[in-house]
Amino acid sequence: MKKKFKLQDLDCANCAAKMEDAIKKIPGVNDANVSFMMQKMTVDAEDDKFDAIMEEVVRVCAKVEPDCKILMK
Amino acid sequence: MDSDIRLLLSKTEDFGMTEKQKKMLGRIIAAFVLFVALLIAEHTGMLENVNVWIQFVVYLVPYLIIGYDIVYKAVRNISHGQVFDENFLMMVATVGAFGVQEFSEAVAVMLFYQVGELFQSYAVGKSRQSISAMMDICPEYANIEQNGVLTQVDPDDVEVGDIIVIKPGERIPLDGVVIEGESLVDTAALTGESVPRSAKAGDEIISGCVNGSGTLKVKVTKEFDDSTVAKILELVENASSKKAKVENFITKFAKYYTPVVTIGAVVLALVPPLVLGGGFAEWIQRACIFLVISCPCALVISVPMGFFGGIGAASNVGVLVKGSNYLEAVAEMTTIVFDKTGTLTKGEFKVAQIQPQGMTETELLEIAALGEGYSTHPIANSIRESYGKTPDMKRTENANEIAGHGISITVDNKAVLIGNEKLMKKEGIAYTPCQSGGTVVYVACDGKFAGTLVISDTVKDGAKEAISAMKQVGVKKCVMLTGDRKEAAMEVAKELGIDEVHAELLPADKVAQVERLLREKPKKEKLAFVGDGINDAPVLTRADIGIAMGSMGSDAAIEAADVVLMDDDVRKIASIVRISRKTLSIVKQNIVFALGVKAIVLLLGAFGAANMWEAVFADVGVSVIAILNSMRALKEK
Repeated sequence: MKKKFKLQDLDCANCAAKMEDAIKKIPGVNDANVSFMMQKMTVDAEDDKFDAIMEEVVRVCAKVEPDCKILMK
Repeated sequence: MDSDIRLLLSKTEDFGMTEKQKKMLGRIIAAFVLFVALLIAEHTGMLENVNVWIQFVVYLVPYLIIGYDIVYKAVRNISHGQVFDENFLMMVATVGAFGVQEFSEAVAVMLFYQVGELFQSYAVGKSRQSISAMMDICPEYANIEQNGVLTQVDPDDVEVGDIIVIKPGERIPLDGVVIEGESLVDTAALTGESVPRSAKAGDEIISGCVNGSGTLKVKVTKEFDDSTVAKILELVENASSKKAKVENFITKFAKYYTPVVTIGAVVLALVPPLVLGGGFAEWIQRACIFLVISCPCALVISVPMGFFGGIGAASNVGVLVKGSNYLEAVAEMTTIVFDKTGTLTKGEFKVAQIQPQGMTETELLEIAALGEGYSTHPIANSIRESYGKTPDMKRTENANEIAGHGISITVDNKAVLIGNEKLMKKEGIAYTPCQSGGTVVYVACDGKFAGTLVISDTVKDGAKEAISAMKQVGVKKCVMLTGDRKEAAMEVAKELGIDEVHAELLPADKVAQVERLLREKPKKEKLAFVGDGINDAPVLTRADIGIAMGSMGSDAAIEAADVVLMDDDVRKIASIVRISRKTLSIVKQNIVFALGVKAIVLLLGAFGAANMWEAVFADVGVSVIAILNSMRALKEK
């Protein structure tokens, strides 16, 4: 399943790249893309564990860039 | 959630600065005033006899005003295991300056850094806005008619078959067919075309366009997710994830750059004083300069931004580029291969020449139109179209089709033969052979040759300019492939100025030709194939760059190609080459500029010739300049 999320206060391009790397390393994540320009994040992960994976995504992102918020739908 | 973001965006637009940026500006001003006061005090000698510790405390006040968040973030991020980020580097650099009793420098550097950061965030925000404004084709609502009452709903909630009403000036929310009303539709956002299209009952209309002055009732034919506007938005948003070689290089480079410079700083701080002896202070200061320069931000932001701007500029002229990598490839394109029909020619047949013998042009055309009155062949259609009137079939009798040859028919009591050369030969007519490129139709009347009609596919408006414009921007070889007859192909090629023609090809031959051309060209140069997207998908994927005619929403073409010409105008190819070259040169300028300045300041720093100010400039100053430079990519037409 692929889902898009908007990001708030993503202020540095280097952090976006670091977040992307960190998300890709989470088990169950097939692909991830953090777009600094669009202030958006796309996560492609296994269906049945998606919610758990997203919690992990939020956790690793907070570690990399605590100021950036992921806006959940 | 969407409305929150919209609110956030509109707020940003109203003030030009976000709340966060305004707060930062306040802090900068406060710290600056204090700092200037302290500088005056220092230079007038007021601080000369003051204890070092008191000086320290006095300078700590503006330092904390301007830099408390940096220190806080640095400490927090270290606890998260994020060591080498900008905050940490700035903290180390300024604390180092405090350590060697360069108080004013510590404050100045932090101040300068924050000013740069503010500029940077402002510039990024502004450019993001202008790019998204350019791509602002997303409809916000649809007016749906239910039981005679109009309600505004989310375009997502409209289903196929629903009737929506589009008022004057509104954006068309979904693809559909007009069932009532008449208007002019502005397609500029999708195609870059400034002349509006007319839309009346029965016409298809495309989402994302803006309605003109009339109200339209439209029956929805596609759900929002399948509609043109949603597809285009998705393409554009995903474009930045397909990275160009330069971008990948920068990402990789950034991974090594920071650690290398940081290690350099450590070496610089420890080795010279240990080897040469003497104080650590001087060398620690030089090491701090290294740390400040160690952030690759200028590159990491400005390179993707340049590409994003280029893609934005392309979409502004009605061309979708599906990724930065394709934009990069277009800049290196030297060979371009065209499929003839639908790309260079319109794919519609027209009577191009009328050469009568012993009668007028009108008479010949009338006889031919009457003779072909019953036929549904495309050639017959084009003759009738050229005649302009509905042929009066009462004037004809005894129509007889001679397979592979033509027709024999009686028109106005005269025996008429209409067909190819073989028919003339078979019936023993003394005809004049015609060498023209198109399809030739011979006409004989009562056993006497009456003349010829030449029917050919018409060349698209602007195809000739397109080819010469491409040559001007540096395309070396224009090749045309077609399934058509050789004569017809040669004629079009001559008219347009094509370098190489291959005619009478089957679809598989086209792939073979493109593969041969791919092998023949130099490795570094790229080949593009331009097709109408119908039955040439294999060639589109095989070429380095597949350029398809979008035909306003033909899904197959949009899927298969890397670059889509939304309004099928081949002239846009030259614009894209220009845009991509400009984008690439901007990206390269930024890389050279940023790395150059950093390298120079690093060198000067190592030999003690650079101060903290120059180091901060090499960091944020360079970033801001590179970002501003990137924005030029958006402006190219």
